[in-house]
Amino acid sequence: MEKKSILVIGAGVVGTLIAREISKSNCQISVFEKLPDVGWGVTKANSGIIHAGYGDNPNSNRAKYCAKGNALYKCLSEELQFDFERIGSLVLAFNEMQEKTLYELLEQGHVNGVEGLEILNKEKTLSMEPSVNPLVKKALFAPSAGIVAPWEIAIAAFENSKENGADYFFNTEVNRFFKQGKKVIVETNSGVFKFDFVINASGIFSDEIALKSGMNVPKIYPRKGEYILLDENELVRKIIFPTPGEKGKGILVVPTVHDSTLLGPTAEDLPETMKENAETTFHGLSKIIKQSRKLVPGIDLSKTIKTFAGLRPENAMHDFDISYGEYFVNLLAIRSPGLTAAPAIAREVADFIKEKFSLKTNRDFTPTRERIISIKDLSNSEKEKIIRDDPSFGNIVCRCNKVTEGEVIEAVKRGAKTIDGVKFRTSATFGRCQGAFCMVNIMKIISRELGIPFNRIEKNSNGSKILNGEAK
Amino acid sequence: MKGIYDVAVLGGGASGLGAVKGALKEGASVILIEREASTGGVLNQCIHTGFGLQVFNKELTGPEFHELYISNLEDFDTLFEASILYIDFDTNYIYGISKAGLFEISFKAIVLATGARERPFESLRIPGERPSGIFTAGLAQKFINVENCLPGKRAVIIGSGDIGMIMARRFVLEGIEVEGVYEILPYPGGLTRNVYQCLMDYNIPLYLSTSVMEVRGKSRLEGVNVAKFHGNKSVPGTERFIEVDTLVASVGLIPENDLVKSNIEKSRNGGLVVDDLMRTNIPNVFAAGNNIIIHDLVDFVVMEGETAGVYAARFAKGNKLPERKSKIIKKKGISTINIEYATLSNPFVLYLRVDKPMKKCNITVNRKVRKTVLNAKPSEMIELEIEPYKEKFMETIEIEAEER
Repeated sequence: MEKKSILVIGAGVVGTLIAREISKSNCQISVFEKLPDVGWGVTKANSGIIHAGYGDNPNSNRAKYCAKGNALYKCLSEELQFDFERIGSLVLAFNEMQEKTLYELLEQGHVNGVEGLEILNKEKTLSMEPSVNPLVKKALFAPSAGIVAPWEIAIAAFENSKENGADYFFNTEVNRFFKQGKKVIVETNSGVFKFDFVINASGIFSDEIALKSGMNVPKIYPRKGEYILLDENELVRKIIFPTPGEKGKGILVVPTVHDSTLLGPTAEDLPETMKENAETTFHGLSKIIKQSRKLVPGIDLSKTIKTFAGLRPENAMHDFDISYGEYFVNLLAIRSPGLTAAPAIAREVADFIKEKFSLKTNRDFTPTRERIISIKDLSNSEKEKIIRDDPSFGNIVCRCNKVTEGEVIEAVKRGAKTIDGVKFRTSATFGRCQGAFCMVNIMKIISRELGIPFNRIEKNSNGSKILNGEAK
Repeated sequence: MKGIYDVAVLGGGASGLGAVKGALKEGASVILIEREASTGGVLNQCIHTGFGLQVFNKELTGPEFHELYISNLEDFDTLFEASILYIDFDTNYIYGISKAGLFEISFKAIVLATGARERPFESLRIPGERPSGIFTAGLAQKFINVENCLPGKRAVIIGSGDIGMIMARRFVLEGIEVEGVYEILPYPGGLTRNVYQCLMDYNIPLYLSTSVMEVRGKSRLEGVNVAKFHGNKSVPGTERFIEVDTLVASVGLIPENDLVKSNIEKSRNGGLVVDDLMRTNIPNVFAAGNNIIIHDLVDFVVMEGETAGVYAARFAKGNKLPERKSKIIKKKGISTINIEYATLSNPFVLYLRVDKPMKKCNITVNRKVRKTVLNAKPSEMIELEIEPYKEKFMETIEIEAEER
């Protein structure tokens, strides 16, 4: 019998994890991604936090998936070999009102099944995190909160699902899909295809895809979050939250898995027509500085690496909007804590598909994916051995993050075609010099490995050429 | 690979080559460790003239200066395309990596000559989008002068540092239109000669107290909004949109001391603190060049390097070096001085910068006028010779610039 064919629209964290989960069953999986690479939409620009799960109303979908997703991360990070550090978080309270909120969050966390929550007094808070504002009165400590680099998850799940049979099609934009007979017809910018089932994981555009396919779904609007990235690796050791207000979790101070510190995000609701507006603003950046210094007064802005903004898919209910249809699943408004929830959502969707089509287990499924070797993390004898086998692993290209030529070549072999493709796979150009030293060498490696002319290499999206001049 | 040397020099740019020369002169065994495939550092991409007036009494290009300087330099070991992973300043070992594998170098004295890196535009927190087409001046220079590729068609230069002005001229010579050079301060950031030779001679406008306040462009840069600035605030109503596909940032250099993680004293701007022997607070650790403070002329950098090399070699050979006696203190009118301590053992030269332009100023040493400078500018370093025998120095040497 012909294999059932499943389409996932969108190669972000949610789409790639779904593709991986479904590849545990016997079926044919395709993933269509509008952009040239994985994880370049909502995935690439958020706080990278695996939330504990105390922050969501117990009746919400967010609560249903958040703690569950958090619990899956340890195993997932081991199988897929991405950085995940369960560093814990603190919610700081500076007055009685906020203290009251902490106890409400504690209670809500208990209902949601979050373990290990504790209210700390001032002394305990300051001894745990000496650089927070000494005016702090109490803090809610959540040991199960963690940090990741979200794009690493999408890249890892992409590679692993591909190895397990999923096919990825980049620069492929879905215009609409509809049922015809027993099949779903999917119209794209590069042709018309037939599938048995479609999963709409297209992030900020998921409502438009659904609407174009004749479904009546509530609108998604972009909520913009601006960030400042600092070259600081010891400013704080835990994720520092303010007491949450009306508009989400507020502006945070977050250590990253790449030895830097992130300040942000703002939460600015944009009209639904501005789904590509990822610009930072004077007002937004000023707000981040002011608010983050309330949490950690010693923030040194001269350590700024860069600023950026990302968009989260938001709806009027402020909750995940997941619906299962006869030939589709719509995953709308996978907003915060969507990153945390993603593994749990992926599992549920895959179970649904498996049951619906009575799929057999894929006995050839390989759960593990090997990450690109990071020379700087190896012991001396391991370094010696690898360099002996391949001298390019002895040539450091990116000095800030100590990334070698061998690692860049491997990133290109695994699908990087652009500077950002290399950046998100190896962390080269992610550091304090922002590529001023290594850009030329990375371009040479991409050019050599892929046969793309040097002056045609792009930063990320189509049209973002690094060099725009006439050839000399 | 393992090796034992009297003096290890880190970095093969101008200051490192100076250190090699100084150390060889004293008969030391020397190893130079360089991350690129050859020596010269940034000199290799500086194909404009203006180098060598102090050292060679003639005006040379960067590569010519480099060529001439190394022509008599021999009998030392080199490690090229070698990156240092860690320096152990307690056991005096350097650990690094290259295509040949790991290496370990044992040294008696070390000269840190690691230069500076450019402050990236991204670190300025300027609002807007994040398209391609934004370069540091050094990267743009490397694309044109080394890789033979043009970055774009129409450009603005942000910041009027020397390399920014030099790149403005280079762009025009290559047929790239330069809309203007924008400087947030009320005076140029680089040398006066560059304002004339690079901008005015080529009719490139220089806009002072003006800078970029917003970046536009979805994939490639489409333009920038510039405005007049008062301090670091933009003046409302002065905004202007400029259509460009290229932005070059020349917004400062940062001393590169990432390898220095021990208790070696650093100044607030990240530079290493040294005395007149170019010695840090660790007796066998010396430093010279842009990882101390940012210099204006390569000639000064080379001379500092030579001093560092000489004393590093003497230390390595067991000579007892004089101890620090005085602290040099910046007073009114001075923004930077390369040296912070003096041994008072020999005459020495200070390189300093004033903190604002002055038509005429007196440089005083412990309140006595020692030099008068016309048209003093923060962008141009002032050389000040100090002769300890003639002065009655105590614990402090106070340097001041008084406007006349």
